[in-house]
Amino acid sequence: MGLELSFFYVFAAIAVVASALVIGQRRPVYSVMLLIASFAALAGLYILLDSPFVAVIQIIIYAGAILVLFLFVVMLLNAPTEAGPWERLAAGPRRSGIVLGAVLAVELGWALWHVPMTREPVGAGASGQTIESVRTIGQVLYTDYAFAFEVTSLLILVAMVGAVVLAKRHV
Amino acid sequence: MVSLDHYLALSAILFTIGTMGVFLRRNMITVLLSIEIMLNAANLSLVAFGRYWGAVDGQIIVFFVVTVAAAEAAVGLAIVIALFRLRESLDPDAFTSLKW
Repeated sequence: MGLELSFFYVFAAIAVVASALVIGQRRPVYSVMLLIASFAALAGLYILLDSPFVAVIQIIIYAGAILVLFLFVVMLLNAPTEAGPWERLAAGPRRSGIVLGAVLAVELGWALWHVPMTREPVGAGASGQTIESVRTIGQVLYTDYAFAFEVTSLLILVAMVGAVVLAKRHV
Repeated sequence: MVSLDHYLALSAILFTIGTMGVFLRRNMITVLLSIEIMLNAANLSLVAFGRYWGAVDGQIIVFFVVTVAAAEAAVGLAIVIALFRLRESLDPDAFTSLKW
């Protein structure tokens, strides 16, 4: 088993286990902490995929900014511990939720099974060419995707104003 | 050698975990966290496909997804704060005024 494959399995196991525990935790604080672990493992996978830019974004923006925001809200609200995630498992909506989740898993597995090209090693499609430099990403971002990039700034502005208005006590 | 299949399978597993979280949990913060898991599963398959085709577009779309996720987290958490002030609860079942 190659070194790359071992690293992949280690990171994948961390990501899956941590994500599953996020769902299973009663306390939101533990959930957020476990999600940070999961995202760190995903950043490792992005390194394996020769995409250091995305890996750094994952750590700085996701783990560093978004999840810290979650942590602040959890502490701010002093949220009551949920009665127990699995206690009302027999309730109707929850049972259909499990069924729907199982159906989704089967569908995704079926789709993966029927895609022919994916048995090759990743990176085989494009003559071993990799996009590692931030310069390449920036050039495409500011030319081909310039309009989407500008609209993104508008989206962030709207989200900022919306968050302030929504969370304020008296507008 | 790690194949594209590996990454897509991992992405599918993570996405299913996120979906189950949205379905099963009765805490709005955990539901938002589950949505983040689903967004990350999509990101992983985008980067894997970008690596597979040697294209830069996958990483750029991930950049936009992260931006939208940040906006979604900010607004979603503001709504959670406002709702918590209203009912002192994070259980979605406590907010059924519009149900009939």
